[in-house]
Amino acid sequence: MTGRKALPIVPTDEPPACGAKLVHDFTPALVDIGAHQLCPGCGEPVAMRAIVEAVAELGRTASCVAVFGIGCSTAFSNNLDIEVVQALHGRAPSVATGVKRSRPDLAVLTVQGDGDMADEGLQEVLHAAARGERITCFMLNNGVFGETGGHMTATTVLGQRTKNTLEGRDSTRHGHPIRLANLLAQLEGAVYVARGAVDTAVNVHRTKRMVLRALRAQELGFTFVEILTMCPTGWFVETTQAPIYLAEHHAAVHSMGVLKDLEGGKDVAQ
Amino acid sequence: MSGPARLLAGSEALAAAMVAAGCRFFAGYPMTPFTEVLESMAARLPEAGGICMNAESELEAIGMCWGAAATGTRAATGSTGQGLALMQESLAEMTLARLPLVVLNMARGQGDYFQTTRGGGHGDYRLPVLAPSDVPEAVAHISLAFEWAEAWRTPVMVLGDYYLAHTHQSVAIPQGPQGPEGTSQGALARPGWALNGSSGGTGRAKLVSPLGTAKQRDGLGGQAGYDLAVHYRACAERTEAMLHAIPPRVESMFLDDAELVVVGYGTPAKYLRAAVRELRSTGARIGFVRPVTLVPFPYAEIARRVRGARAVAVYENNTGQAVQDVRLAVNGALPVEFIGGLSMDPSGFGIAPDLDVRVLRERITEVAT
Repeated sequence: MTGRKALPIVPTDEPPACGAKLVHDFTPALVDIGAHQLCPGCGEPVAMRAIVEAVAELGRTASCVAVFGIGCSTAFSNNLDIEVVQALHGRAPSVATGVKRSRPDLAVLTVQGDGDMADEGLQEVLHAAARGERITCFMLNNGVFGETGGHMTATTVLGQRTKNTLEGRDSTRHGHPIRLANLLAQLEGAVYVARGAVDTAVNVHRTKRMVLRALRAQELGFTFVEILTMCPTGWFVETTQAPIYLAEHHAAVHSMGVLKDLEGGKDVAQ
Repeated sequence: MSGPARLLAGSEALAAAMVAAGCRFFAGYPMTPFTEVLESMAARLPEAGGICMNAESELEAIGMCWGAAATGTRAATGSTGQGLALMQESLAEMTLARLPLVVLNMARGQGDYFQTTRGGGHGDYRLPVLAPSDVPEAVAHISLAFEWAEAWRTPVMVLGDYYLAHTHQSVAIPQGPQGPEGTSQGALARPGWALNGSSGGTGRAKLVSPLGTAKQRDGLGGQAGYDLAVHYRACAERTEAMLHAIPPRVESMFLDDAELVVVGYGTPAKYLRAAVRELRSTGARIGFVRPVTLVPFPYAEIARRVRGARAVAVYENNTGQAVQDVRLAVNGALPVEFIGGLSMDPSGFGIAPDLDVRVLRERITEVAT
């Protein structure tokens, strides 16, 4: 191929060329290694930070096991200073079940992407919820298989361009997206189900509250938080436009809010 | 120490042996002839303080065991061939993640030899396989399997079948695990590598992963400086050491003057043994060899024991799988003939009509003359 520009490789541990100042420290207790390997503009590091901050705030730092699925977020199994079992794609809720049943004294959480959880592992999360398994599952939903390069998943919204739906997802050819949180909220074993996002500061704070509440309610039954995250690489959009794309396209289908909260005495889904 | 001998179906005996060996987590999905093992575990495990999960699929059964094993709980699962095929991906990964597990393959017939000994999973791994020929031996193999699983931090497979699951035999079940500190039943200490959640926030948090069981702490980023080849090489070296350290087991009879040596494994080997015995009583110079461990396969032992014979005949109830291992063992020194074959009853469970001792006798005689 001719005319292709070779881009220089910039080491990530060098200071950025433009001026920047530290406005807030990382969570030193649980984010053990500052640098992550995810793309600029990715929403997953923000979501992960909300999760580990919540673990620390609940005082579960030394009584928590996280189970990671396969996807971009897998990289965090190495990053985080909490005990981790790395599971196979889709299997995290089963692995977490084994951990929790063997050690009911521990807080057990899973982190999976939408491809991992809603495609390969849909059965696992549905059954874990139906059993009322005392675990908290997080789905970082960006509507694509980010790690494989941006392919359609079960949550990809209609019209969305992906590597294997280049003209946009078409319901007649590719089916309809699954609203996983809505599906799970119907199951009686689930006590807390919510969907947040990390596109704006307000949503990050709301999501953080959902995460805290889900982890706290874990001892009552299955809890679930779906977190909409940006994937500018997989979405074919500018990095800075990704939060806007999230709000206008993803959040329009996967609407945010608390769908079920039996702990708080209300069941929003019914 | 063993309890009194009792008449038990193979499935019940296997379940009792697993509970006695300290298994405290079992997950399974019903599929004949594994189903009765699951039933027995569901009946016995809770009263021993353990957990028996009725998983929604074989994928979930082994996933649950993966989690339990990561916390240091003695875990076991199983299925029959088709279900085992679904579990192979996790078995491959659990081998790399260094997680102990005992897996029962209550196979339908002997068509699963390759799946069991080569692994149907991806990548470069081996796991020990025991092939008991009757219920008392299977009971002994259960405690051996847990011992190997923990010593080598690997899944270990016990290959049974319909005969083993459904045959009633008089068997004594051991009384709880005889650990180094004489630990009582159910009071097994969790190993040091097991996750207990307590190491978080210290900079030394534990990781159980097929990609390496130590977190990368070079400060350059999650995957920076991470050399998967180093991990895989370490896994390969450990496998090599394991396959050398586990002594391969063989049973043999009538080899002194044998002109033809007949080889078989698992429960069909019992019928084979009976046929050889009957032929011996008529003066035929037939010997018998049974590999008890299929991985590591007793290559050197078989080579030694068939020395002096004119030929080797392998019986198994399939189109000829273990015959390849026997040929490797004999290494061209003797002709190795396959005398087994497919023989399925209409139920599909592999109760093979040609396991009739009379038929076996005819086949052996055919090769011997």
